[in-house]
Amino acid sequence: MTPSHTSTAAFPAFVSAALRPLPLGPLQLFLSAVLRRIVRHHPRIFDRLGAHAGKRYGLAPSDLPFAFVLHTAPHAPRIVVVRSLPERLDARIAGPLRALIGMADGSFDGDALFFSRTIAVEGNIEAVLALRNAVDDAGVDVLREGAAVLGPLGQFGEALMRHQRNRSTADRPGSTASGSGEASSWN
Amino acid sequence: MELICPAGTPSSLRTAVDAGADAVYCGFRNETNARNFPGLNFSPEELAEGVTYAHRRGAKVLVAINTFPRAGAIGLWHQAVDDAVKAGAAALILCDIGLMAYTAEHYPGTRLHVSVQAAAANVDAIRFYVERFNAKRVVLPRVLSVPEIAAITRGTACEVEVFVFGGLCVMAEGRCSLSSYATGLSPNMNGVCSPASHVAYEEQHGTITSRLGGFTINKFGSGEPAAYPTLCKGRFRTDLSTGYIFEDPVSLDAATLLPGLRDAGVTALKIEGRQRSRAYIENVVRSFREALSALDEGRPIPAGMLRPLSEGQSNTLGAYRKTWR
Repeated sequence: MTPSHTSTAAFPAFVSAALRPLPLGPLQLFLSAVLRRIVRHHPRIFDRLGAHAGKRYGLAPSDLPFAFVLHTAPHAPRIVVVRSLPERLDARIAGPLRALIGMADGSFDGDALFFSRTIAVEGNIEAVLALRNAVDDAGVDVLREGAAVLGPLGQFGEALMRHQRNRSTADRPGSTASGSGEASSWN
Repeated sequence: MELICPAGTPSSLRTAVDAGADAVYCGFRNETNARNFPGLNFSPEELAEGVTYAHRRGAKVLVAINTFPRAGAIGLWHQAVDDAVKAGAAALILCDIGLMAYTAEHYPGTRLHVSVQAAAANVDAIRFYVERFNAKRVVLPRVLSVPEIAAITRGTACEVEVFVFGGLCVMAEGRCSLSSYATGLSPNMNGVCSPASHVAYEEQHGTITSRLGGFTINKFGSGEPAAYPTLCKGRFRTDLSTGYIFEDPVSLDAATLLPGLRDAGVTALKIEGRQRSRAYIENVVRSFREALSALDEGRPIPAGMLRPLSEGQSNTLGAYRKTWR
């Protein structure tokens, strides 16, 4: 059966409230390490980005108190954690964190997330499509890459997150796992 | 009936094959195919790798070279034909008669399929392609009812392929100028309908406004399912009313018509969506593989399973069931 793609299992508001006072430094270090792994394992992403390599994307998890600026410069890609997105970006993609991760690892279809209003896009739509298609082709397993950075603790966390997602899917009619073993619905 | 599935990237090709496609269709990373979108499509090397992957699993790869060559630039389209044949494509999907002539002359052993972009919607047109270029299959435009398709299959020995799922072109494809009117770019010449370079979305207070080439073509209220920014599915104000004057933003889903399409003599069923993700391809291909199994075994065919992946979150039988006549 087909994943619902309708909105959304956002993190509860208390999670966002609990995270809000935390400093961004540790998250910045973690995400930079994750990005380095992704680039090392998926170098063809930049080939698919083509003329859009070098664009600056704002990624805004709607259920978290921070956002990310992804600069896709081929030789020096970087990701910056911010409290709110700056004005001068090429494009913005907003939605629950699980939707953004699910688009990367192949669990969710970006167009369907847009149709269902789960995600919203603004700015240079060509750049958005290039990024979406490049990442979809690469099949970036964000959870696995993140877990690898954290070591044994990360692997435990990854297993826990996958288990929770699969269990919530199994409990819900009209859903199924897909992609890299991810639960594929989060209504 | 064969299941013909889309692939916009090498990963999608592998996903389609693994999900049960009998054949996968794809195109090169340029204006020679009608899904010339950023980040999509294949290099000649990627195509050759894809063909190898498919062949090892008993599937075929069809290459769509289904735009009309620009005057003075035919070399790009000839190169695409050469590269596709060299890569081992099982068939070329073409719409331009000059390109068909080139293929028939230089590669007479290569199967030629008439693209939906050729808008061959009657027996006489199909007979011309068969007699002149030895076309083996025609992909019918999405403007015919099931009885009209049956009449065509009775009138020609050419294999017939029809769309069963995905984005729904309601115009005679290859002849639609709506995108050109708004942006100067079209699927026919440039491989892009409503190109992303001309699309703008703006969200205010939960309402999304979509614009194409400066034209406001729709507004989606808070919570209302959204749609592609194509003019044919825009919502417009006229002297009579405000609404969808061409077609609602819906996707085709003809799963329930599979018995009728089989009885009409259809050879192959095509899924639209080379611009879609691996998640879409896996779910749609698996769903139709299951539907075909149900058809073969005489079981009821599940309906409406793919609505979450559909434009506007809803489906239609399109012209296959012309209720407006």
